[in-house]
Amino acid sequence: MNFDSFSELLAMGGHGLYVWLSYGLSLLVIVWNVWRLRSERRRFFREARARLKRIDSAADSR
Amino acid sequence: MNLKTLWHRLGSPRWLYQMSGPWIAVLGWLAALLLVTGCIWGLAFAPADYQQGNSFRIIYIHVPTAIVSQSVYMMLGAAGLVLLVWRMKVADMVLATAVPFGMSMTALALFTGAVWGKPTWGTWWVWDARTTSMLVLLFLYFGLYALRQAIPRAETAGRACAVLALLGTINIPIIKYSVDWWLTLHQPATFKITEAPSMPPEMYLPLLVNVLGMYCLFGAVVLAGLRLEILRRERDTQWVRQLVEARA
Repeated sequence: MNFDSFSELLAMGGHGLYVWLSYGLSLLVIVWNVWRLRSERRRFFREARARLKRIDSAADSR
Repeated sequence: MNLKTLWHRLGSPRWLYQMSGPWIAVLGWLAALLLVTGCIWGLAFAPADYQQGNSFRIIYIHVPTAIVSQSVYMMLGAAGLVLLVWRMKVADMVLATAVPFGMSMTALALFTGAVWGKPTWGTWWVWDARTTSMLVLLFLYFGLYALRQAIPRAETAGRACAVLALLGTINIPIIKYSVDWWLTLHQPATFKITEAPSMPPEMYLPLLVNVLGMYCLFGAVVLAGLRLEILRRERDTQWVRQLVEARA
């Protein structure tokens, strides 16, 4: 490792805030992109199921 | 499979849906593996820069997001061209789905650039050619997003976005060559196709790993978005109905 200790890795020679802020936000944005797609996919199937049920019951009552 | 059959199959949403599933998994896991490796390598093991110290480690996230944000836009421009010339449905879906990802990558490149600029240049922001043209890229993404929201008819919205995406590609070479054409505060490109990198391998290898990882993420996110668009647009077809019923 380039650093002697974990606390030195965190401090980044005084630039810790800048470095970790960049990486932290990047992680957040990547996770947001994955989460967004997953939740929209789940929502599609939830709504499509409800819609199919509606269509089928409308067809039955006719 | 030859090119012509591939071209025709791209027109089949069902085929695309089935093909893309395994690719999303492979690219997604590859992205995770590469990005975790590249970040740990870059943060903890790469040597510090002799002038910038440790703040230069922001490069391992700044450069990959900046490169991919431009690649996403080039893809949107190409999709726009394909939509306008051949009216291909898939092109419209790509144009609709990849905007948030490209927008977030551009925003990240600008943000990490500002955070890197503060300790290095002494300022968060300068209106130089590179930073300004990247800001224009962000506004182009905003424009693509807003345009689709503003036009209710899907087909008209798609064509309008195609035109904007295509016109906006003019900005990409401006971003690329801005550091050569104008005197900028921004440093020149790290990677050039024609020259060896100006950094030693222990510095540029983690960057290369992260760039590859970000491209894998790009592939996985765009394919996953494409699949979602296919489901939405084909929801009344027999095969999507069966898919929905199978998941119940």
